Amino acid sequence: MKSPLKLTLGPLLYLWPTERWRDFYFAIADQSPVDVVVLGETVCSKRLHFMEPEFMAVVERLEAAGKEVRLSTLALVTLDRESKYQRSVAGDEGHLVEANDLSALQMLKGRRHTVGPFVNVYNGPSAKLLARNGAASICLPPELPAASVAEITRSCPGGDFELFAFGRLPLAISARCAHARSKGKTKDNCQFVCQEDPDGLSVATLSNQPFLALNGVQTVSHSCQALLEGPEEWDALGVTSLRLSPQDCDMVAVSALYRKMLDGHLEPAETGSRIRSLYPDVPLSNGFHHGRAGAEWIARQRNTEGASR
Amino acid sequence: MELICPAGTPASFREAVDAGADAVYCGFRDETNARNFPGLNFDLAELRDAMDYARARKVKTFVALNTFMTAGKEDLWYRRAREASEAGADALIVADFGLMAHVAEHHPAQRLHISVQASASNPEAISYLVDCFGAARIVLPRTLTIQDIARIARSVDCELEVFVFGGLCVMAEGRCSLSSYATGKSPNMNGVCSPASHVRYRQAGGDLVSELGGFTINRFSEEEPAGYPTLCKGRFAVGQSATYAFEDPVSLDVMDQLDELRAAGVKALKVEGRQRGKAYISEVVSTLRATLKAAPADRPVLMSRLRKLSEGQQTTKGAYEKRWR
Repeated sequence: MKSPLKLTLGPLLYLWPTERWRDFYFAIADQSPVDVVVLGETVCSKRLHFMEPEFMAVVERLEAAGKEVRLSTLALVTLDRESKYQRSVAGDEGHLVEANDLSALQMLKGRRHTVGPFVNVYNGPSAKLLARNGAASICLPPELPAASVAEITRSCPGGDFELFAFGRLPLAISARCAHARSKGKTKDNCQFVCQEDPDGLSVATLSNQPFLALNGVQTVSHSCQALLEGPEEWDALGVTSLRLSPQDCDMVAVSALYRKMLDGHLEPAETGSRIRSLYPDVPLSNGFHHGRAGAEWIARQRNTEGASR
Repeated sequence: MELICPAGTPASFREAVDAGADAVYCGFRDETNARNFPGLNFDLAELRDAMDYARARKVKTFVALNTFMTAGKEDLWYRRAREASEAGADALIVADFGLMAHVAEHHPAQRLHISVQASASNPEAISYLVDCFGAARIVLPRTLTIQDIARIARSVDCELEVFVFGGLCVMAEGRCSLSSYATGKSPNMNGVCSPASHVRYRQAGGDLVSELGGFTINRFSEEEPAGYPTLCKGRFAVGQSATYAFEDPVSLDVMDQLDELRAAGVKALKVEGRQRGKAYISEVVSTLRATLKAAPADRPVLMSRLRKLSEGQQTTKGAYEKRWR
């Protein structure tokens, strides 16, 4: 039986060449069981022209395959042209738009929209406020512990809430481009060097421990957050959708595993071990969900309420 | 332009008032503020006394309630907002939408300032906060150039406050989970960044290694002075090189841009450092006050005094200067 829980493919956070970007989404359209695809640049406004030539083709292919397409917005807006871009996306009448900063909330006020994981929703009153503003669905911030998730969903009955369930964690965003600087460039003269690292550029500690990864102006975790629970646990948390954030691995296979897990056809532990073999070089983490350091992996315990610890 | 100064203790508060602050900002001794460090901050009686002291000298008090409310524990933040408001706070500095809405509804006469943690970095974001909550002033994130600030000032209907001196966040404030990724404690949820409780120093092959939550943040040879392991000011391996990947251990100082900031339409200058001791507060505030009063030609001498007070004695203009990006 298919569970009513949805799968959402979050926006690709990295810069991939145009053809690769298109082919990735074509494969998602044709083969992946995700219900919703959030499309569009989220991290850096300098990258917009990369997806533009194929954007409509990708939207059409996804919609023809029955996927709901939502449009992402920029997470950090400081320039006039970024505000202008934000306004042009927010003005799209044909799709739900996902707000990732306060300017998008202002532009979408009073209209049905969604809220992405870059807007700080840490409690029920904030979620209710956004719902009154027109938010139909909220992807909660990755650092939020399960106890807060349960409390928020309890205080907003009927609301749609999504968790960041797969992917390197978006941890920070800056006006400065550490990625460009690491390659001897600056943000204004970056020559799109972030394109060389389709899964982020590794940042290791001086004790040779992989720690973070650079993605343009964004910093993501080295580990891949993987929230793995059965359908009852998600239901108990009040979550209605899981977000999978694209990484440089077989996302069609990853999404198929999550679908099976949500439908109760695959044990969470088995899902985890299969994900590890699909994305072998990156350790899994789930510490944030358990109220711990985000880098930690807390093994699932049988017959306990692991989700609400 | 107003000079807004930090105080982590009642003694620092009085120093800041005496040294020439126009307003002093401070917080309660709990997770409702973003400098929730052991031994810092105020209980309600201390806050009332401090406000009386300031009021008698025509200095304002701003109370920072600038963390994000923990789900299910909102009453703590609501209570602090009521207490600060009833005690006569000249402004509450707030980051959380839910708390902004609460203050606007339950304390409509209370002046509301938007914390840098809210990350309002453009005119539309600011308009959202003005329209929804009646925000009177926005503390701008340290992601903007002075030109950006001037452009924003022209198109918003509220006051702008900017950081000019002290610690520098490299990441957009209020949107950074680096600390909690390594330690489980974050500025947004716990009011701490790179907390001392999770810091460890150890010797390794003649070097001193500093760790945060078990991750090496820096490694110092004997000749190098060892700094505190603030995550974004750490040294890491990227590609082939060991480097300060995000930012060197520097602090912010844009006091040489006073005329530009004034021309940009900035209403208030903010000093970071509630965790600093009273001697530092006294010296910094009096020097900044003197700099503000001085003729442009007399400022360099005062500013060289300031540089000695800066962390590691190295300073940056941060994002205020476009080349920093």
